[in-house]
Amino acid sequence: MRELTSKALERARELGAHYADVRIIDERRESIRVKNGNVDNLTSAASRGMGVRVLYDGAWGFASSSQVNADEAGALAGRAVAIARASARVKRHRDVELAPVAPVEAKWKTSYRVDPFAVKLEDRIELLLEANRLTRQEPGVRMASASMSCFREGKVLATTDGSYIEQERTEVGAGIEATASSGQEFQRRSYPSSFGGDYACAGYEFITGLELAAHAERVAKEAVALLSAEQCPAGVKDLVLESSQLALQIHESCGHPIELDRVLGQEASFAGTSFLTPDKLGSFQYGSGSVNITADATIPGALGSFGYDDDAVAGQRIPIVDRGKFVNYLTSRETAGELGLTANGTNRADGFNRIPIVRMTNINLEPGDWTLDQIIKDTKDGVLMQTNKSWSIDDKRLNFQFGTEAAYEIKDGSLGKLLKNPTYTGITPQFWGSCDAVAGPAEWHVWGLPNCGKGEPGQTAHVGHGAAPARFRQVKVGVGKW
Amino acid sequence: MVGKDRALGVIEQALRLSPGDQTEVSLMVTDSSLTRFSSNYIHQNVAERDAQLAVKVILGKKIGVATTNSLDDAAIAKTVQDAAGIARLQRENADFRTLPGPRPLLELSCFMPATAAFTPNDRADAAAIIVNAAKAGGFEAAGSVSTTVREMAVGNSLGVRAYNPVTGAGVNTVVMSASSSGYAHGNARDVTTLDFSAIARRAVDKCARSVKSETVEPGEYEVILEPAAAASVLSYVAMLGFSALAAQEGRSFLAGKLGEKVFGENITVWDDGLDPRGMPIPFDGEGQPKRKLMLVENGVAQNLVYDSFTAHKEGKESTGHASPGRFGFGPVPGNLFFAPGQASVEEMIKATKRGILVTRFHYTNPLHPLRVVVTGMTRDGTFLVEDGRIKSAVKNLRFTDSMIRTLNHVDMIGEWSLEGSMGFGGMVPALKISKFAFSGVTEF
Repeated sequence: MRELTSKALERARELGAHYADVRIIDERRESIRVKNGNVDNLTSAASRGMGVRVLYDGAWGFASSSQVNADEAGALAGRAVAIARASARVKRHRDVELAPVAPVEAKWKTSYRVDPFAVKLEDRIELLLEANRLTRQEPGVRMASASMSCFREGKVLATTDGSYIEQERTEVGAGIEATASSGQEFQRRSYPSSFGGDYACAGYEFITGLELAAHAERVAKEAVALLSAEQCPAGVKDLVLESSQLALQIHESCGHPIELDRVLGQEASFAGTSFLTPDKLGSFQYGSGSVNITADATIPGALGSFGYDDDAVAGQRIPIVDRGKFVNYLTSRETAGELGLTANGTNRADGFNRIPIVRMTNINLEPGDWTLDQIIKDTKDGVLMQTNKSWSIDDKRLNFQFGTEAAYEIKDGSLGKLLKNPTYTGITPQFWGSCDAVAGPAEWHVWGLPNCGKGEPGQTAHVGHGAAPARFRQVKVGVGKW
Repeated sequence: MVGKDRALGVIEQALRLSPGDQTEVSLMVTDSSLTRFSSNYIHQNVAERDAQLAVKVILGKKIGVATTNSLDDAAIAKTVQDAAGIARLQRENADFRTLPGPRPLLELSCFMPATAAFTPNDRADAAAIIVNAAKAGGFEAAGSVSTTVREMAVGNSLGVRAYNPVTGAGVNTVVMSASSSGYAHGNARDVTTLDFSAIARRAVDKCARSVKSETVEPGEYEVILEPAAAASVLSYVAMLGFSALAAQEGRSFLAGKLGEKVFGENITVWDDGLDPRGMPIPFDGEGQPKRKLMLVENGVAQNLVYDSFTAHKEGKESTGHASPGRFGFGPVPGNLFFAPGQASVEEMIKATKRGILVTRFHYTNPLHPLRVVVTGMTRDGTFLVEDGRIKSAVKNLRFTDSMIRTLNHVDMIGEWSLEGSMGFGGMVPALKISKFAFSGVTEF
């Protein structure tokens, strides 16, 4: 492999590039989805390719190909330099400058106990079919599905700065869903979370540990019960979020606005910019004193963990919000260089055919010292919302609105009626400023999200969010025209 | 490009190797480039050559699928073997009857040499037109210029053989000041038909006019949706309603409602993969012919879109809407046309007592599929209209409303324009709607 990477880097240097990197990536994925007793999708996908990124005349160029050989390595370097030359035709007053990083030679891989690809396909299918069969036993369930995905990525990264890094990730995820419909009503419940369940860098032991079949009956009954539940009332209530919904709240209202490329306007025309402008760094009160948020790429087994990013910077743990105060961005070598900061290892590409851009790692709300039971007992007039159904946030990451699959009324410290179509909305710093209770480590979980979209052409990142149930005071719930 | 002979050769090679009772092979070869600019300079500039070979092997009623991005002999053979191995381990799918047979396909000219020949320097020059226009106005531009050459080939063991090269070009930009922004975009098969100067002018003009001076309270308003915003409404209605799979699974608001009035009488929508005003392509992901299919006529639901799987389940024939390279996703109406009217946006403004003019929506997401309740934000030009004229730009608003309700309150429809070209193909006009629910407001 070094022969190929050297060929690309040497050719880029010969053509005048002052920085270049090359990634060679092999990917393998096996996906299974069961719907109403049928194996609706059973796919094995393989992909291999190479991408070369260069800085020439202070501007970027990138070229990629699914052919991996020495000739193509040289050709890609040439193509990338030609593209960078074109970039330099519309340049700003100063060149791209990369924050310094020491060269590294390393190997890194995720660990697992049971190789998911070694588990017989028929056993994997059977696990999903059984969970699906149990889900469908509940009368009123119109459609039940169960899905599982196993993914492995082998990546070599070499840079003209002298880094050469080999990494291997093995990821798994699974989940079940039940949907019920009647007239104009349509309701869904999922386990362990929506949109495919929960994901981790782990082996098949993570899948069996989810115990999908054990949760099938509850999920099915809740979907049917939601059909006749009361509509979530409109009003201002204390809001308690269970941890998987809180994970998405962190994702949209903290994870994205702290991406420094977004802050600098590099995503402006697509997904927008950020309210967390550089003048706020180190001084802005993002949330209450209960809010401590970290970015941590070092959590073993978490989906957003890795050894090194695609700038060859080590994955690391950094504070983002410290007792409510905003203290750090996620940075790449390029964006850190803009503000004179240190690159903190978050520049990641989605495969060989994409450039690295600033991505979340595991962005976590650190645990507090409450329990969910204590939070509920301490709440007089509130709503507990569970499992994400819908998400939306404005292009500076301020006004958000989420919908969840289910909610329960909280009255005088006790859970009450089941509520359907729950929604809540708010403005990011006001919302986090109203956080006054976070549950402790026993209820803290790192949720894996395999579908974070960003960039043009589109890229999908695999990220994680550690969260425990938390309470937010006086939040607007039950929004919109139904 | 690999060319027709090589593409169909790969298809034949995979079909010959398959042990399946039936086999379908599809190939997509892509050569795409995208130049991205922000803060008035090019900050990302990428090119990609990739392929996807997908092999579906069917043994009885057992279906296995495998994909690869390598087209060498060993990879083709392994992919066929993998698909066959998966099929052997599969459960029978009772709903599967057969792959589709061959049907006559039209010859369409979807490949534009000028688009294929568009160089990195050409893209940079196009970006420069927009950047320079923004600079001249004292603004900053962000956006992208892209071109794609894609060869699609499909074959199956029943005799389907289809090959078509297509080109696509796109441009979008947001031009910004400290307190305003404006958006414009364009999509075409032929890059030479994109007027980058006109697109720049539209975005700069909108930015100059959208400096915000007012906040309006959330509530129900008259609303004028410019084409990019109207496209969001149509997209959700199509995504959540027109797929036969969605109807069969009980998650489409059109299930059991064909022949019934679902929208206002002034609403007519069709899908036409052959119309040159969209992004034409002669066949779908199963090699079945595209044609014009009326979906809603004068407010009455007429048809759903089918692939062969969903069609056979109801004893019907595919309408040519199989998703290319996506399995279990179901049929998709990818070339939507919303019948135009004759009103201009200016006439819509004149007819508005108190309402909101929306340039486009951001981060829209469905809350309830059967009621097609969707939420999202306005962005890049939101204006208060009072007594027949634009009074001021306003801070961006969040809407949460049913798109079915929305399409039952359309009282004026615009003409088609470049702004109405939908990214994946199709045309949508501006709409004036008498009732539209805004549920929140943001700080900018």
